[in-house]
Amino acid sequence: MALTNEIIQQKLTEKFGEQLTEWESPYGLLTVKVPAEMNLKVMQFLYDDESLRFRFMTDLTGVHFPDRTGEELSVVYHLHNLVDNIRLRLKVYVPVEKPDVYSATKLFSTANWMERETYDFFGVNFIGHPNLIRILNVDEMEHFPMRKEYEMEDPTRRDKDDEMFGRG
Amino acid sequence: MSDQLIQAQQHHIKLSEESLQKQTTTLNLGPTHPATHGVFQNIMEIDGERVLETVPTIGYIHRAFEKIAERRPYYQVTTLTDRLNYCSAPINNMGWHMTIEKLLGIKTSKRVDYMRVIVMELARIADHLVCNSVVAVDTGALTGFTYVFQYREKIYEIFEEVCGSRLTTNMGRVGGFERNFSDALYTKLDDFIATFPKVMKEFEALLNRNRIFMDRCIGAGPISAERALNYGFTGPNLRATGVDYDVRVAQPYSSYEDFDFKIPTGTVGDVYDRYMVRNDEIWESLSIVKQAIEKIRKIEAEFPEQKEIFYAPESDKFHLPPKKDVYTKMEALIYHFKMIMGEIDAPAGEVYHSVEGGNGELGFYLISDGGRTPYRLHFRRPCFIYYQAYPEMVEGGLLSDAVIALSSLNVIAGELDA
Repeated sequence: MALTNEIIQQKLTEKFGEQLTEWESPYGLLTVKVPAEMNLKVMQFLYDDESLRFRFMTDLTGVHFPDRTGEELSVVYHLHNLVDNIRLRLKVYVPVEKPDVYSATKLFSTANWMERETYDFFGVNFIGHPNLIRILNVDEMEHFPMRKEYEMEDPTRRDKDDEMFGRG
Repeated sequence: MSDQLIQAQQHHIKLSEESLQKQTTTLNLGPTHPATHGVFQNIMEIDGERVLETVPTIGYIHRAFEKIAERRPYYQVTTLTDRLNYCSAPINNMGWHMTIEKLLGIKTSKRVDYMRVIVMELARIADHLVCNSVVAVDTGALTGFTYVFQYREKIYEIFEEVCGSRLTTNMGRVGGFERNFSDALYTKLDDFIATFPKVMKEFEALLNRNRIFMDRCIGAGPISAERALNYGFTGPNLRATGVDYDVRVAQPYSSYEDFDFKIPTGTVGDVYDRYMVRNDEIWESLSIVKQAIEKIRKIEAEFPEQKEIFYAPESDKFHLPPKKDVYTKMEALIYHFKMIMGEIDAPAGEVYHSVEGGNGELGFYLISDGGRTPYRLHFRRPCFIYYQAYPEMVEGGLLSDAVIALSSLNVIAGELDA
């Protein structure tokens, strides 16, 4: 029997119950919000379970939502079950003052640089990462440039403010 | 003055305290070095010819594409994707257009899909030709390189005929292409298909069973399938280890399901396997191009009205109207200005779309909040992901093996650093 989004959702709900929230599947990709302190438990379960077998990490990245008070920073994991060829997206939200997320490097070696990149650009602190230093930016940099408060353009330019990009 | 000179510290190259006493040598390979094709720095600890440890430093050509993309209307992001893997820019372009099409729910016609397949597969051939001939150059065989680069040039001439540029193509638009394929293009395509196999066979005859080349490549820079999967390898490098994962088959896009092709795989994932997988993929790509041309000709014979349709009509809000219409039709002129001024909002949504790039799964993770620009755009860059396995692959081997391992991985600096 082919693995479907419904089966994955059912299995995860059986195991973790109400702790997994915000189930949705935009464009067919099952997405779920995982509490920050449970990210490794969920990924380990997805990895070990004989019918789920999410053993390939496609992508790991961060997103900054300044408007979501208390959970401004988000870490997004894309996992892939190569046997049944189905993807899953996990999201973790942490407050920007204390952006602590457990590192997935023990489970996926590929998470190493991707977590360093996420740290480099968003300042997410991955607990347990073997070498959490900047990767693409210079070591001396003091801020996390992909956060929304750092503007691309010269802030004095009126032709490039948010209104011109369909926002605000 | 003299104090300053003595106290001057090198901040970026961290040598250990006891580096004068130790028996091994610290070698700084790169950032620019004739043996590394691109900006790669590796600080290696070597014992004679053996690599004991290597620490890659990346980010030398980081250009903050993800940040820039947050301030660019969708059609302007295409030029950023060009500069990721610049050896196969059309694949990146098409991948980006398909991501927006997925967001907007645009369905392209079969003919447009096949046109895209032609340019994507030509780009794959060009990409693999560069990689394989450079592996040969790094082993000391320059001749093959000079043969196949003529044909990379011919592929670039075909790109020129499609979109006007060669390396960073900015090819295509949301919904299709900016103009139709010309007759001159088909002439060039037919010429390429007729003459390329002979040269490719010659290239293979020079190297595939060449004793020196084989001795040099077999067993160099290997990686097991388990480790490769754990490291997130995709594309030819993963297939060389024996895992037949190909996005074109796993999640077909642009009507790849209509084509008949094989996924070549290797066994041990060393330099030779990667070289052979890429060679075989060139033949498969060539066969796909042939099939695509046949399919297009069949469609055109059956439905002559399709011949003039080179983009999906429902994409008109995002597809710049043809120049001829802009000068003669009011509607087209208005749309042209609205698009150029970036006044067209995209719907809110969250999309992940991936294509099989020259080096592996090239993914676009796009979050749109309903504005004119992406709220967040993340490129899943295969080079960035598999280059972190490089130390594990070369440590314990010879320094010269480390050099060919790097070129056979086909790490492209633009994609690595984004």
